[in-house]
Amino acid sequence: MISPFFSRLRSGFLLCFLSFACNPPSFAQTNDIQQWIAILREVGPGGQGNVEAGRAWQLLANSDAEELPAILAGLNGCSPLAANWLGSAVDAIAEREVTRTGTLPVQRLEQFVLNTRHDSRARRRAFEWLMQVDQTVADRVIPQMLNDPGVEFRRDAVGRLMTEADVLFRDGSRRNESTALYRKALGGARHEDQIKTIAERLRELGQEVDLPRHFGFLMTWKLIAPFDNSNGQGFFVAYPPEKKIQLDASYEGKAGKVQWVDYSSEDDYGMIDLNQPFGKLKGVVGYACAEFTSEIQQQVQLRLGCKNAWKLWLNGKLLFERAEYHQGTQIDQYTLPAVIQPGRNIILVKLCQNEDSVSWTVHWQFQLRVCDATGTAILSTSRAHLQAAVRSSPQTNSVETGSN
Amino acid sequence: MRNQVRIALFFLSFACLPGADWIRFRGPDGRGVAAEEEVLLEWNEGTNIAWKAELPGQGISGPIVIGDQVVVTSCSGYRQGRLHVSCFDAETGQKRWERQFWATGRTMAHPKTTTAAATPSSDGQRIFAHFSTNDMVCLDLEGNLLWLRGFLLEYPNASGSLGLASSPIVVGQTLVTQIETDSQSVGLGLDVNTGQTRWAVDRPQKNNWTSPVVLRGGAEHSDLVVMQSSDGLKAYRAMTGEEVWNFSEACKNIPSSTVSGNTIYVPCKGLTALRYEPGSDFPELLWQEEHLGPSTPTPLSYDDKVYSLNGSILKCADANTGQLDWRVRLKGNFTSSPVMAGGHLYCFNEQGVGQVIELGDKGRVVATNTLGEEIMCSPAIANDALYIRSFSHLWKIAQK
Repeated sequence: MISPFFSRLRSGFLLCFLSFACNPPSFAQTNDIQQWIAILREVGPGGQGNVEAGRAWQLLANSDAEELPAILAGLNGCSPLAANWLGSAVDAIAEREVTRTGTLPVQRLEQFVLNTRHDSRARRRAFEWLMQVDQTVADRVIPQMLNDPGVEFRRDAVGRLMTEADVLFRDGSRRNESTALYRKALGGARHEDQIKTIAERLRELGQEVDLPRHFGFLMTWKLIAPFDNSNGQGFFVAYPPEKKIQLDASYEGKAGKVQWVDYSSEDDYGMIDLNQPFGKLKGVVGYACAEFTSEIQQQVQLRLGCKNAWKLWLNGKLLFERAEYHQGTQIDQYTLPAVIQPGRNIILVKLCQNEDSVSWTVHWQFQLRVCDATGTAILSTSRAHLQAAVRSSPQTNSVETGSN
Repeated sequence: MRNQVRIALFFLSFACLPGADWIRFRGPDGRGVAAEEEVLLEWNEGTNIAWKAELPGQGISGPIVIGDQVVVTSCSGYRQGRLHVSCFDAETGQKRWERQFWATGRTMAHPKTTTAAATPSSDGQRIFAHFSTNDMVCLDLEGNLLWLRGFLLEYPNASGSLGLASSPIVVGQTLVTQIETDSQSVGLGLDVNTGQTRWAVDRPQKNNWTSPVVLRGGAEHSDLVVMQSSDGLKAYRAMTGEEVWNFSEACKNIPSSTVSGNTIYVPCKGLTALRYEPGSDFPELLWQEEHLGPSTPTPLSYDDKVYSLNGSILKCADANTGQLDWRVRLKGNFTSSPVMAGGHLYCFNEQGVGQVIELGDKGRVVATNTLGEEIMCSPAIANDALYIRSFSHLWKIAQK
């Protein structure tokens, strides 16, 4: 028999324990916060770390709003999964604080936004929460973000310049001024829709715009085709170009001897169209080979747009492959992180065309660019300006792939 | 103490509410039926709208209703790379919380869809939201993140350039999701508590936007989850992923199957009715009717009738024989699947026109209502209200 006193005491302890477990008070120390952040940063694919992260998230999300900059800083260098754990904890804290007080630690968050050493996603999340409590922040910070590492900030800055330029453009007497603004906007623009709109306006103003250079599209290639892709099996066959790149060699193809031919794209968006040199073939495989030269070793992104099945190698190493046909394409459809070596780098693309006969399956093409994580073009050191490259494009077979 | 009070209130709220929750694509049992609910027949922008809430982004996913809250997913940002889960107060339409995630997978999708295409599901305690980017997040009802997965990090080709749309379902303690594309496919059973994989099965390497359905076996260990594809219909044990039977006739890859009792109506050779007795090795083929094949909307079965919408033609047939009873022409084309309440079918076309069909010996359109915005999602019905979302708004259709 437990006395009523002890019974009440036990209930009190239990309630106290539950209260802490369900809703811990927000007097967490910095060390605690760093520990919880560390747990969230350790999550991995396959649900790895989910259980621990779920507990840590509950504790972290109960932190005081003053801790937001520290938690946002936890995103620096973290994985995409960890970023979502941390970002949603930030949301929970900020949402609670805004609902409760209508404000946030504005100055500290603004400092965080302006510090480009921090993760761009974290800075953006901080910015968007700031905008909930102080919309003037955009006027203060966005105009200086035309070349920001964060592409969303750039987008906003470019958008502002475009709006200003549009006003001048519509005022027929101030078109020269609008040209300068459009040029400035283009320099910062990394998103296709903005780039396209600005380029159209600049061309209306009589300006030349080298879009392939802006994007970093590889324009000059060697192509070889057709090899057999009946029933889609060619995707799995390693034809000679996959084994050794020998640009002066010829091979037995699907319908006789095949050899490498030169191809230079004149498309603004770097489309490499295999139907042009080889005809509208079906059930075939083609290869495209390009050279990219660099003075240094550098981390890049190869960004591909392609509606055919494809494989891509850099310096003989397969980076990715995908067997999907005719389901749409767009610039930067696939992003492949890669390391470019000093000197010559060889990029090989295998492009498979299926046997469908409907009109929308005729495309046999791809577009490939080299850029950094923000989408800023990284150009081959041997790249010529587009027009010069087109003029000097060799029409005869060569062991050189041409300048990109 | 605050949380304990909330928990108590939460359970109390279930006890006080008159109707059932709508916790997944097409309702609690996936049939699209809320027969006991009384939903208004007429509405427009100024009439019979209890509230209208702004959404943070686009989406064709349907809302779900859990107790006194409505949950919906959306996407925003350049190329739809921001993923949102938003929770609204069912009574007032006030936003209670919102969580945002960055896509870890590819965002490309057909212009008609978005990265927020799959309707979330719930087990009454948790919300499971799966996006076309192959990000799956699990939140509790207060918006606390419980776990997340980024499946593209494990299945790097499990993305489709047309987007994914299969809605996950909860069977007991297992969350089942179907990820099927031309380049890589997998069916997954996840632990609802941790998000960790309980089982994974190979699925046909073909695009598929259909959602799995459940055949109840009387106990969790005997419940089957059924996945359709252009290779056929397969039943797996929900707890283990063990394959139980395979009906190998090609099924459609957009409209999903629907289950009524032990009968599953499958978009296959038009429409196919299969009866499954728990414990048997294979379902019995009841009938197949080519003329009952649906286009995008999932068929609906209620009270010995089956309803199928193809283009703008709504057909009603005898659920036991497949024999056509009646047909009626509606206005427009439909991506949204019909739902049923109070003896009426509610069909929203892509232009946002909600057509109400009185069911009986003949189908009769009794009301045509417009919201003035494109509607692609399937609505939710709970507590005598209908919830529907466009690319930018969520509406509650009910008396204020």
